[in-house]
Amino acid sequence: MTGLQREEEWTGYLFILPWLIGFGVFVIGPIIASFFISLLKADMLTPSKFVGVSNYAQSIHDPLFWKSLVNTCYYTFTTVLLGIAAGLGFALALNQRIKVTNFFRTIYYLPSMVSIVALSLVWVWLLNPEIGFVNSVLGGLGLPQPAWLFSETWAMPSLIIMSIWFVGPNIVIYLAALQGVPDYLYDAIEIEGAGTFKKFGYLTFPMITPAILLTLIMNTIWSFQVFAQAYVMTDGGPNNVTLTSILYLYRQAFQYFHMGYASALAWLLFVVILAITLIFFKSSSIWVFYEAEIKK
Amino acid sequence: MFFLLPFIWMMSTSLKTPAQVWTYPPEWIPRPPSLRSYFEIWTMAPILLFIKNSFIVTGLTVVGMVLSCSMVAFGFARLRFRGRDILFVILLGSMILPPQIYMIPQYLFFTFLGWVDTFKPLYVPYWFAAYLGPFYIFLLRQFLLTIPSELDDAARIDGCSWFGIYTRIMLPLIKPALIVTVIFCFTWTWNDFLTPLIYLGAREKYTLTLGLRYFQSQYGMRYIRELMATSTISIVPTLVLFFLCQKYFVKGISISGVKK
Repeated sequence: MTGLQREEEWTGYLFILPWLIGFGVFVIGPIIASFFISLLKADMLTPSKFVGVSNYAQSIHDPLFWKSLVNTCYYTFTTVLLGIAAGLGFALALNQRIKVTNFFRTIYYLPSMVSIVALSLVWVWLLNPEIGFVNSVLGGLGLPQPAWLFSETWAMPSLIIMSIWFVGPNIVIYLAALQGVPDYLYDAIEIEGAGTFKKFGYLTFPMITPAILLTLIMNTIWSFQVFAQAYVMTDGGPNNVTLTSILYLYRQAFQYFHMGYASALAWLLFVVILAITLIFFKSSSIWVFYEAEIKK
Repeated sequence: MFFLLPFIWMMSTSLKTPAQVWTYPPEWIPRPPSLRSYFEIWTMAPILLFIKNSFIVTGLTVVGMVLSCSMVAFGFARLRFRGRDILFVILLGSMILPPQIYMIPQYLFFTFLGWVDTFKPLYVPYWFAAYLGPFYIFLLRQFLLTIPSELDDAARIDGCSWFGIYTRIMLPLIKPALIVTVIFCFTWTWNDFLTPLIYLGAREKYTLTLGLRYFQSQYGMRYIRELMATSTISIVPTLVLFFLCQKYFVKGISISGVKK
């Protein structure tokens, strides 16, 4: 190795040093520590003591843990499906060759950029059972007016409906993917006499499945983190129907200071997310179409 | 228009008088609009202080993040060193780690340092490209890879140091990508709720998102006009940024989305 190469090598490490430190101190270190804390009974008041796997055992018998997990899965699966469907719908509509101003081309991204707290507050107001905008419209049309966030049936659907407003990133990704479908393929399929639906089913959809896989995984991980909405709009209520996993974790850790138990919950949740992500990856060979595979 | 609905309703409510808020059927455009709620909120809660806090935290985060991420991205994109590719894969993989897994030990660590109830836990990790850092590093690296490496070689022959190449050649060239990073990082930090909620206890330290929540819990739905006025103010900085940088923004997300 020459002197110049050696110099390049240590300069390289020097440049990535901030990340190396950050990753060690703020990510990997805490993750390892988290596992050990999950084996402790730690409440920050009395000295911690080692309790083995009893935190994990406790969670199995904790009805609120299960309830929050079921709620989060319900929220995740519906919002992810809705987000993909709505994102695709909007992207297909925007991808038409009609000229739209730049303003309208990006406006869908706006809700994803503002604070969830501010948006949640507007929604609390829009969905107010007595004087909210939504119910006055429904009342005007002679339709039933649910109590939304105050109703055990409607509280979770309210949060799910609100999530449609966060579909902006999906639209961007789908638009980019749609633009990547070459024109000659469309020409070919049109010569074959395919209609709009066949075109979508046999050409457009297969071609953008990699983008769908990407959003599927990102949205799932993201939806599992749902917190601010539930905290601000319902605080987990009524009767815990909107108690999400992270909200429950937050309560255990930062309201009751059950640090050991909360760490165990964090690990269980991590395993669940990891398992779901792996299932998506494994299944992708069946339904995701990669152009490069054919070219080989 | 569908996407603007909540915003229009937010602003519309904030511009109403108390009597107009409860009219039926609800009006979209209050006649006449009134700025009353915008004068009232300042005495109801220390909004100005919350705004100042948010700007301090966001400013410190953005500066640290852009500096550290561009350096790391430069290292990964331009220099050859052993283990580089493996380290980069680790960096990409770390993006899927859910934050709750390191949240608790980190809290204990910051408690041990005596940083709880200060702004430090909110911005110091970003100086070391932690949390969202990998995403920005990835984005900047993609940009850097599009710049021909002959440039570096020429500069090296002229006796320019690696650090000189980074500051004098690369940083000016990747300006669009840096702007995207600034936008992403600004909006994320400005809107973040969970981190300030965990670390900031005293009201004088609240950021604007916490302040909004505080306003809601203090006054509730009876003061909906004032609440909507405060919400409107809280989203103004991101709105301004959004309209100024639309072009860069969409470019940034499509690059990060497609090449992943």
